Amino acid sequence: MYNPEIESMDRGKLADLQLERLRDTVKRCEEMVPFYRQKLREIGVSWKDIGSLEDIQKLPFTSKDDLRENYPFGMFAVPMREIVRIHASSGTTGQPTVVGYTDNDIENWSELMARSLVAGMADKSDIVQIAYGYGLFTGGLGFHYGVEKLGASAIPISGGNTKRQIRLMVDLGTTVLCCTPSYALYMAETAEDIGVEFKQLKLKSGIFGAEPWSDRMREKVERLLNLSAFDVYGLSEVMGPGVSIECEQKNGLHIFEDAFLPEIIDPATGEASPVGEQGELVFTTINKFGMPLLRYRTRDVTSLDSSPCGCGRTHIRMKRVRGRTDDMLIIRGVNVFPSQIESVLMQIEGISPHYQLTVDREAGLDVLEVQVEVSEEMFSDRIRGLEEWQDIIQAEIESYLGIGLKVGLVEPRSIARSEGKAVRVIDNREQ
Amino acid sequence: MTVKQISVFLENKSGRLLDVTRGLGEAGVNIRALCVADTSEFGVVRLIVDDPALARDSLRDKGMTVKETVVIAVEVEDKPGGLSGVLKPLVDQEMNIEYLYCFLEKSGDQAIVIIRVEEAEQAIGALKVAGFRVIPEDELYAM
Repeated sequence: MYNPEIESMDRGKLADLQLERLRDTVKRCEEMVPFYRQKLREIGVSWKDIGSLEDIQKLPFTSKDDLRENYPFGMFAVPMREIVRIHASSGTTGQPTVVGYTDNDIENWSELMARSLVAGMADKSDIVQIAYGYGLFTGGLGFHYGVEKLGASAIPISGGNTKRQIRLMVDLGTTVLCCTPSYALYMAETAEDIGVEFKQLKLKSGIFGAEPWSDRMREKVERLLNLSAFDVYGLSEVMGPGVSIECEQKNGLHIFEDAFLPEIIDPATGEASPVGEQGELVFTTINKFGMPLLRYRTRDVTSLDSSPCGCGRTHIRMKRVRGRTDDMLIIRGVNVFPSQIESVLMQIEGISPHYQLTVDREAGLDVLEVQVEVSEEMFSDRIRGLEEWQDIIQAEIESYLGIGLKVGLVEPRSIARSEGKAVRVIDNREQ
Repeated sequence: MTVKQISVFLENKSGRLLDVTRGLGEAGVNIRALCVADTSEFGVVRLIVDDPALARDSLRDKGMTVKETVVIAVEVEDKPGGLSGVLKPLVDQEMNIEYLYCFLEKSGDQAIVIIRVEEAEQAIGALKVAGFRVIPEDELYAM
């Protein structure tokens, strides 16, 4: 552990620290952020009413739309002279969202990243290749500051230029790789193309995140890159990477609870769900000064696990994120996320990344069809060749989801592209 | 001695075949023979044209999924039993025919059979031994 005093803190002491920080956060929001002042006034709640951690449920939620409406700096709780860094989200559905950090925030974030790196097997002597994008995206710089805080050696290569990534891994003896899991798989392919074997490299671990991925994909990454893969979670609105991280037990991601208070709610009603149940993940930042957030709805779906962990960390764990509330489909009673289907498709070589899901109700039964664009690799002049692809895709997805479905092959570029977030689901059941 | 066939993936939607033929027409490609294989959802159009490379590129430019496949063109007498005569030497060698289609020569009394097998060279050998004339690329495209 990087900070054993905090990371393995007695739960009672941790709760005291959390309550103190929560009250302080609500106070700062009330005093410094007009948006929160008004919201709290509307419901007649003040920071003085927060007497226990359960009282968090009295607080209003914050949504992504709230951040957009207060673009760019409306959610900041300090004057601009105290902001030392600005990051922004990609703005996939229109208006981007902007986040600001004070000097203190950067210091705290760096420590949380250092803790994450240590959980992912890194120490001072490691050479860490950071292949997350540097820039407005929080991935690259978040990792970078964490590596320097830890005292390991950072290779700030950013994303892209894959052959060079691999050459540097060979030449510099990279021991820890940080990037998205899908990029890790792409590196594996590229390495094969240029005749580099991961077995001969010094990589021991990889810290992968910024997109949902499955345990099956983990197995594939670990096998192809010959390393131990760790899931890291974060979102720029709340801070960036380093909100939670897997430990060596790989049985959920420890949320750094001295900085973030997690809740799980029913996305439909907003009611708190009991620990262990699946629902929407909500965070309140309790150690952030530039842009504190009260009960921010992440739209990520997961569950919490408060049982003790073999690693000795006392902080609560969240399951790997299964998908997003806005994407979730219920097919014959089974929750299905497009991301799950995507991760299966991604593992089948030769398949185009563009797909669409259509749900219909036929004779009272939900019918799911996955449409995949026919790439030149898949295409054959023989009907049988195409049907074999349908069978492969169908079997792979069915074995993963446990529900039956149809696979349709469609012409390239026939699935609508959009500037922002792709429309992956067409649900015809409502009419 | 093989010839090139162009295959195009099409969804079963109205007007898709027209898009292919129109695209070829605009590019100045002349179609020699055409065959459609389909299921309830999609189809594969297979074409013999006078300029396979131009056909491939112009359809690809239109965003279609195109593949070039190697097939065999054999001349058969246009009379009862003609096709059986061509198939026999292939069956004798236990070769699996993926599919075939025929068209008639403009002049004369010959039919052309387009045959798709996995082992094209072996099939050509067998057909020649059996006395059939396998049509070379240039001659077929210029027909």
